[in-house]
Amino acid sequence: MIAQKVDRRSFLAATGGLLLGFCLPERGRADTASKLNGFVHIAPDDTVTFFIHKAEMGQGTVTSLSMLLAEELECDWKKIRTEFPGVDPASYGPMQGVFGSASIRSSWQPLRKAGASAREMLIAAAAQKWGVDQSQCRAENGFVVNTSSNARLSYGSLADAASKVPVPASVTLKDPTQFRVIGTSAKRLDTPDKVNGKAEFGIDVRVPGMVYGVVARCPVFGGRVASFDAAKAKAVPGVKQVVQISNGVAVVADNTWSAMEGRRALQVQWDEGPNAHATNASIRKMFADLCETPGAVARKQGDAEGALAGAARKIEAVYEAPYLAHAPMEPLNCTAHVRPDGCDVWASTQFQSAARDTAVKITGLPPDKVQIHTLFMGGGFGRRGGSDYVGEAVEVAKAIGVPVKVTWSREDDLQHDTYRPASYTRFAAGLDGDGWPVAFTARIACPAFGFMNNGVDFAGVEGIADLAYAVPNLQVEYHAPKAGIPVNYWRSVGYSQNTFFAESFIDELAAASRKDPVEFRRHLLAKSPRLQAVLPLVAEKAGWGKPLPDGRYRGVAVANNIGSFNAQVAEISIDRGKLRVHRVVCAVDCGYVVNPAIVEQQIQSGIVFGLTAALKGDITIDRGRVTQGNFDKYTMLRIQEMPVVEVHIVPSPNAPGGIGEASTPGIAPAVANAIFAATGKRVRSLPIRLNQLA
Amino acid sequence: MAAIKFTLNGKPQSVDVVQEMPLLWVLRDTLGLTGTKFGCGMALCGACTVHIDGKATRSCVTPISAVAGKKVGTIEGLNHHPVQQAWIDEEVPQCGYCQSGQIMTAVALLARTPHPTDADIDEVMQGNICRCGTYQAIRRAIHVAAGADKAGAAE
Repeated sequence: MIAQKVDRRSFLAATGGLLLGFCLPERGRADTASKLNGFVHIAPDDTVTFFIHKAEMGQGTVTSLSMLLAEELECDWKKIRTEFPGVDPASYGPMQGVFGSASIRSSWQPLRKAGASAREMLIAAAAQKWGVDQSQCRAENGFVVNTSSNARLSYGSLADAASKVPVPASVTLKDPTQFRVIGTSAKRLDTPDKVNGKAEFGIDVRVPGMVYGVVARCPVFGGRVASFDAAKAKAVPGVKQVVQISNGVAVVADNTWSAMEGRRALQVQWDEGPNAHATNASIRKMFADLCETPGAVARKQGDAEGALAGAARKIEAVYEAPYLAHAPMEPLNCTAHVRPDGCDVWASTQFQSAARDTAVKITGLPPDKVQIHTLFMGGGFGRRGGSDYVGEAVEVAKAIGVPVKVTWSREDDLQHDTYRPASYTRFAAGLDGDGWPVAFTARIACPAFGFMNNGVDFAGVEGIADLAYAVPNLQVEYHAPKAGIPVNYWRSVGYSQNTFFAESFIDELAAASRKDPVEFRRHLLAKSPRLQAVLPLVAEKAGWGKPLPDGRYRGVAVANNIGSFNAQVAEISIDRGKLRVHRVVCAVDCGYVVNPAIVEQQIQSGIVFGLTAALKGDITIDRGRVTQGNFDKYTMLRIQEMPVVEVHIVPSPNAPGGIGEASTPGIAPAVANAIFAATGKRVRSLPIRLNQLA
Repeated sequence: MAAIKFTLNGKPQSVDVVQEMPLLWVLRDTLGLTGTKFGCGMALCGACTVHIDGKATRSCVTPISAVAGKKVGTIEGLNHHPVQQAWIDEEVPQCGYCQSGQIMTAVALLARTPHPTDADIDEVMQGNICRCGTYQAIRRAIHVAAGADKAGAAE
């Protein structure tokens, strides 16, 4: 069903047939060579292979992108297979990977054009064979049909000839009313192999002559190897080699377990570096102190300070969120083989381009000598957008000269992540005599992700600086604390904490003005019609305002990220101090929907991810190192805690928005606001701890 | 080291490895059966679940010496089991990494409790973590598979 092992060049050489590159963006420049992006391959046996230039971490990309291609290609869905191609900037652009819930958004036009272009070439080839005009031919379910004679030629029989006709200069895409594939809940292509153990994840790669490695890393962030003694490690049965790399000491063995045992026996002296004294308390104090002073201005309209001073009522609050690990179920791993003349890397990665750049840098090989083989990811959530784990494997492979799979333990994963940053935000708002906000200020301290502009890290302020509520006087400021803990994108990025802050604080304002939380939001969202429109739907479906069983309470929140809009209502109870989330209703407008079943899956998934963080997620720092080591201390939501999640999609003619990260931000504030409804107490710090509410 | 003999997916198997080596790594690294997954190494997540004499067992903490003479079943040994079909019909997997373990746990549950209640499902399945949040679909699929068993038995 899904095959990934054959590299593109040898695959083409072996099978011949039609291979097309398609231009990105929609209007390519004269030199389109660097803009090629999508591929369709048709074999003589009628098998259609789609080269999926993204990656699959559960978000359904393989299926959804295939649907875009198949819609216009008019092929037989049952004869589709997919492959992940190698890194090819000329074909797929410089940022080959999956991030920002962008796969459908960036492929919506080009992949449909790719399918349409291939179809037209098949029609042209058939017309030539029959000696008829192309207008007498149409494509239908893997065949070109001669409308005069009813003769049929299969795509496979036409593929070779079609590969020799010119690529059409332009193609006409279907009107959505003609869609037969897009908009259906087509079954995921990756399901069968994911229920029988055949799906190949990065960690499952086996290469002839391969050995297995693990890396001992300094427990303190930024620390280095001072010295090490490999004697005891080498005495462990199965251990073959111990080598130092830039990030620590690698133990290589003839199986993973022996490598882990070898690492246990390894003796390393660490130079713990400047972060050895960092604690949660010291980091929190750094953030709080910064928020006492003005920060870089991320957004300013009107005169927030003046309006605050003149407001009938002033509301203030401080919100905090902790560091979080990504903890994908497949621990990080990468297999690499470095030779004098080339390098192969097998990885479950979200970012193939960066993986290749990393390997190029370490090996010194030209980019075209480095092959990245993309495998299924057992979860990514942003973690696999980094290439630190790829670099380690390449370094080890370079040192030992044979293929090696470097596997991270769960402890490695939780203690050497690049974390969702902790953050701290001080809010103030002024209400007028009718209870409507006239001033809103926020001062955010959040370690920077990296892209700074005028002192503001865009991702650090998203969810607050882009506040959709109409408040005439508004100011958002930002500080970038340097806490020494590595950070990176985590599903929904800045929204993951900032939406909790903003949607909880907005709820505080609604409560202060004694207005209904749904109505308060709806009134203030007049200039954000798509966000405003999901509110009545979620309210209706959740029974907002209707009586609940005894002990049940509701809370609401909205989010607008990744080009989509959603509102959630969480229904909770608190029984003898124990919080239970029973039901979550989500209404989402994510533009034109390619596959409703996948949208529903992703909304449920994002909610579970956000709910796990809200109820449990807490990476704490002591002596410069992470306290949590495994799922006993960094706990996960389990099946008995799973709420019923109901998804309602708002039909939309707009271009598709993202979906993978849409529902993660809103669940924490929806639950927190329900807790306020139940207790009259505000959750201002995550994870939610009922016994610590003020 | 001495050869350890057991039955693997119905066939005799012999391995010559360190006695303490967990079954998980023998399956994955020594025998190349990679359908059984590594998740935590401490029996906390369920990704490595296999059957030992029919009982769902965490292979990451089971030394190979403990399976001598026993019957080991892995995801590769399930042959179009109704639970797998239910997983397909209900489109359970997302990333799919935990699903081998989920399925092995569910198969063992249904073998003992052919028509589980939600409480039965919670009790048994809570040992298996899914980060993608497929729990709702897992619950649905187990009920479907239980129904399929019933239909099969009635024929």
